[in-house]
Amino acid sequence: MPPLIEARGIHTHYGASHVLHGIDFVLHAGETLGLMGRNGMGKTTLLKSLLGLLPLTAGSVRVKGADLTGAAPHRVARAGIAYVPEGRGIFPNLTVRENLVMAARPAAAGQASWTLDRVLFTFPRLAERMTHDGGNLSGGEQQMLTIGRALMTNPDALILDEATEGLAPLVARDIWRIIGEIRATGMATVIVDKNFSAVSSIADRAMILVKGAVVYDGSSAELREDKALHMRYLGV
Amino acid sequence: MAARQGRLGSQVDIPSFFIQILNSIQYGLLLFLCASGLTLVFGIMGVINLAHGSLYMIGAYLAFSLSEHLGSLWLALPVGVVLAVVFGAVLEWLLIERLYKREHLHQVLLTYGLILVFEELRSVIWGDDVHGVSMPPLLAASIALTDTLSYPVYRLWMSGVCLVLALLMAWVLLRTRLGMIIRAGSVNSEMVQSLGINIGVIHRIVFAAGVGLAAFAGMLAAPVSSVFPGMGNQVLIICFVVVVIGGIGSLKGALVGAILIGVVDTFGKVLTLEIAGVKILPELAGMSIYLLMAVILIWRPEGIFGKVRS
Repeated sequence: MPPLIEARGIHTHYGASHVLHGIDFVLHAGETLGLMGRNGMGKTTLLKSLLGLLPLTAGSVRVKGADLTGAAPHRVARAGIAYVPEGRGIFPNLTVRENLVMAARPAAAGQASWTLDRVLFTFPRLAERMTHDGGNLSGGEQQMLTIGRALMTNPDALILDEATEGLAPLVARDIWRIIGEIRATGMATVIVDKNFSAVSSIADRAMILVKGAVVYDGSSAELREDKALHMRYLGV
Repeated sequence: MAARQGRLGSQVDIPSFFIQILNSIQYGLLLFLCASGLTLVFGIMGVINLAHGSLYMIGAYLAFSLSEHLGSLWLALPVGVVLAVVFGAVLEWLLIERLYKREHLHQVLLTYGLILVFEELRSVIWGDDVHGVSMPPLLAASIALTDTLSYPVYRLWMSGVCLVLALLMAWVLLRTRLGMIIRAGSVNSEMVQSLGINIGVIHRIVFAAGVGLAAFAGMLAAPVSSVFPGMGNQVLIICFVVVVIGGIGSLKGALVGAILIGVVDTFGKVLTLEIAGVKILPELAGMSIYLLMAVILIWRPEGIFGKVRS
């Protein structure tokens, strides 16, 4: 079976600046990958390049074996990759219910599907706020809404960019618990977060970017043990 | 847009006041139909479509030709709407789609060019004469209000159709999944795409619907206003006034703005007003809607239902 996402030799430019320098990226079914690196090292650019949100200057992207290099973002999403962007991207002018319902897509055959009821069971806070506009939610509730909305598309992989950024510690802990629950269902996840210990303890594998190149791609547990390594690349 | 009914004069009695109210509402609702497409296309895709008035004109000419060929306005209306929607979709695919990421100047240049092209095509296909479109016999009657005053059934029917379409639009936007996606796309189209929705198709639907609405407004108006060259341009300007008053991108704003303009324009022409021996109305009637716009923009620079853009 081909990997869920397999990207080879990705180069991406932002205007004149060369951000990604030939990155190979693989995500296997059911795997949890922690994508790490300091600010400005290219994490979000890599995610957006995989998702079709930024044009590649070179390289290829395959999803479940199908070539989606240069494909429109909706095709990548339909292939089973859901995105929870940095800054959340909820629709502030839609109610909580509308934010969830507008994204609904049935699961592939044989999958236990994420329905509105199941999402609300996972996020009871959202159930209490159904008729509120997305823009009126707290930061934590917005993050739950974005994750819930991504789940409504019944994806094979969930990509979370800075899922706990700006959240109070208690709320962040709640989000980590939910990410753990989602991981336990067998859904593949890619997690970008500043909290090294939280990411490295939930991830199977870790990948570190420095200046648009991969400097570490291996076991998350080994990275945790190797203090010199993560000190050098992450400063933590 | 439409010839006014009723008496002009300083002594506005109850029946003719009632008639003017009906006229105001009917004119306002027709304006709303035309302006709704303009405000939706701007609000959702950010495109200023100067050719919107030309599409209203094309609708009126379609009503003229189709009712001649098909024998009745009843057949001309549905056929014309289908043609207009298809035309809108093709226009979006060929040209408008390229404007979404461009600046407003490019949009204005291209759509102004379209006005010239559409006027020329109209001249080639239909000539430069003024045409009339006959009302369906069923609606050609008038309802007597007093011994001397009556109100045409066609205008009542027109208002009813516009009202039904307004409700239908609100229902689609507020209650259907398509409407949710359209509203979501108006604030963050990249996120909509990342949820697996082809935003290009959504944009094409919205633009085609806008063209359909403008053309349908022109078709409805054809029997009462006659069909003539350049008729789209005066409508375009009033539609922009409606959109600006109501708040750009707001459907509710377009409805309120259109009714306000209907009332001010209609009564501006029938009331007389003299202050210190200077005749204000109806002498300044032609300016009344622009004065209304100025007052509203001083009060609310973003329009009545406009969002403050940061």
